[in-house]
Amino acid sequence: MNISSVLLLLIGSFLCISGGVGILRFPDFYTRMHAVGVTETLATAMILIGLMLQNPDGLVVVKLMIILLMTLFISPTASHALASAAVHNNLMPELDNKEDNKKVKSSNP
Amino acid sequence: MLMGLYNYWIVVVLMMVGFYIVIAHGNLIKKIVGLSIFQTSVFIFYISMAKVEGGTAPILAEGIRQYSNPLPHVLILTAIVVGIATTALGLALAVRIKEAYGSIEEEDIQKKDNLDC
Amino acid sequence: MKDLFAVIMLSGIYGLLSASFFVSMDAVDVAFTEASVGAGISTLLMLVAITMTGRTENPSRHKPLLALAVVIVTGSLLIYGTLDMPYFGSAQAPIHQHVAPRYINDSMQEVGVPNIVTSVLASYRAFDTFGEVVVIFTAGMGVLALLSAVRRPRDVAEIDSFNKSMYEEHLILRIVAKMLIPFILLFALYVQFHGDYGPGGGFQAGVIFAAAIILYAMLFGMNTARRVINQSFIQLFAAIGVLLYGSVGVISLLNGKNFLDYSILSADPIAGQHLGILLIELGVGFTVASVMVIIFFNFAGRRNNQQNKENNDSC
Repeated sequence: MNISSVLLLLIGSFLCISGGVGILRFPDFYTRMHAVGVTETLATAMILIGLMLQNPDGLVVVKLMIILLMTLFISPTASHALASAAVHNNLMPELDNKEDNKKVKSSNP
Repeated sequence: MLMGLYNYWIVVVLMMVGFYIVIAHGNLIKKIVGLSIFQTSVFIFYISMAKVEGGTAPILAEGIRQYSNPLPHVLILTAIVVGIATTALGLALAVRIKEAYGSIEEEDIQKKDNLDC
Repeated sequence: MKDLFAVIMLSGIYGLLSASFFVSMDAVDVAFTEASVGAGISTLLMLVAITMTGRTENPSRHKPLLALAVVIVTGSLLIYGTLDMPYFGSAQAPIHQHVAPRYINDSMQEVGVPNIVTSVLASYRAFDTFGEVVVIFTAGMGVLALLSAVRRPRDVAEIDSFNKSMYEEHLILRIVAKMLIPFILLFALYVQFHGDYGPGGGFQAGVIFAAAIILYAMLFGMNTARRVINQSFIQLFAAIGVLLYGSVGVISLLNGKNFLDYSILSADPIAGQHLGILLIELGVGFTVASVMVIIFFNFAGRRNNQQNKENNDSC
């Protein structure tokens, strides 16, 4: 029980750190957000399940379950809101190919 | 020896950051942000004074002897909510100034005032 | 940094971080308040304010050297002053000798509430808290006086068309918010009434409750929100909160005890204390929630009016 909980916590923290590295390393807004948005949901789930295993009986598990459910709802929604706000403000993803970049810009004045 | 005082130094640094923003920037919104940083440094000062080594949160429970001091918590709890209310008042003043003067930069406002005289 | 948007976002992150400082220094109640106020409401209000005052700061012309010198001198004087202060975490510090032992040792017999912060806030220092509530109320009235504009009721058709365009744009946000808002309100009520036993109380609950209403107003438009919650109704509630608090004090005064001494409210002094704390926390919750909503509604209403005016001018 204890080992599995520690393992889950470690995986969760590793995912968090990789998300943080992603923010620093990726070139533009959308890829950065993708790095965080994807890892964060799994990381919080892992950490919360690990915490549940630390204290497997009583009210704590119920509270953690509620928190887990809330994060599962909220974090994708927050990512969506961020991304749509970026699109709304005409922020274009950086593309590999220079010509593609121009095309996208000209099609979206 | 002196390292036991580090909490006060953090507070002083934060307070001076807030103070610098207030006196060195002309933008009223930025001044309000600076004031709120100043305010938070005072909160941290109080809460760090309340902390007792080995103590725990002041909620009575079986088998716990050492609690942190609850009194500063009470003072700061109310101060935070009062702080946001007064910050909102400051923002409202900034909005009205913008409407009346067309700018929230200190220098522009003073210039307009001098012109009116 | 010249972009005020980034400044405000960073200050929101700073608020959340300072909430985690407070948790690590055992002040769970304070951390709760700071997380909901510093990271939530204050960031939001500043954002609304910069939509009206402009987003960038002009480069300043005066030299920052003088300011820097003043700051450094003051800072070093303050640090010199800290040299005599008690060490961090020392249990012998003067602050822990005076009244704190009484609160910690006797509050269970005298007030009967496990959360010492709540019992000090609402019973020992209730008069102080009353003052704070009045300050919040006054600040709300101040914002109302500064920003309340004559509201021109727009046509229902216009609201509907506005809603339709919003509906397509923020479909996902609206659906998720519709699911979450009842839970946020429920959580606020839990925080309100669980404040005796765990971290929480009227201040936090009021802010969370207001956050739910503000979320609704942001996603469904101000006019829809105004139809759900009438502004004069909220103003009434802000006043009711303060009145409730004060009248509890007056009742104990009329019964021959001190102002805000709740032991008289029931035959059993402990039950009386419980009842009194419940009532005044309710008063605090009413006032804080409605003042926050008043502040937001007035900011947002001002902004809508400005935009309408600009539209009319450009036509």
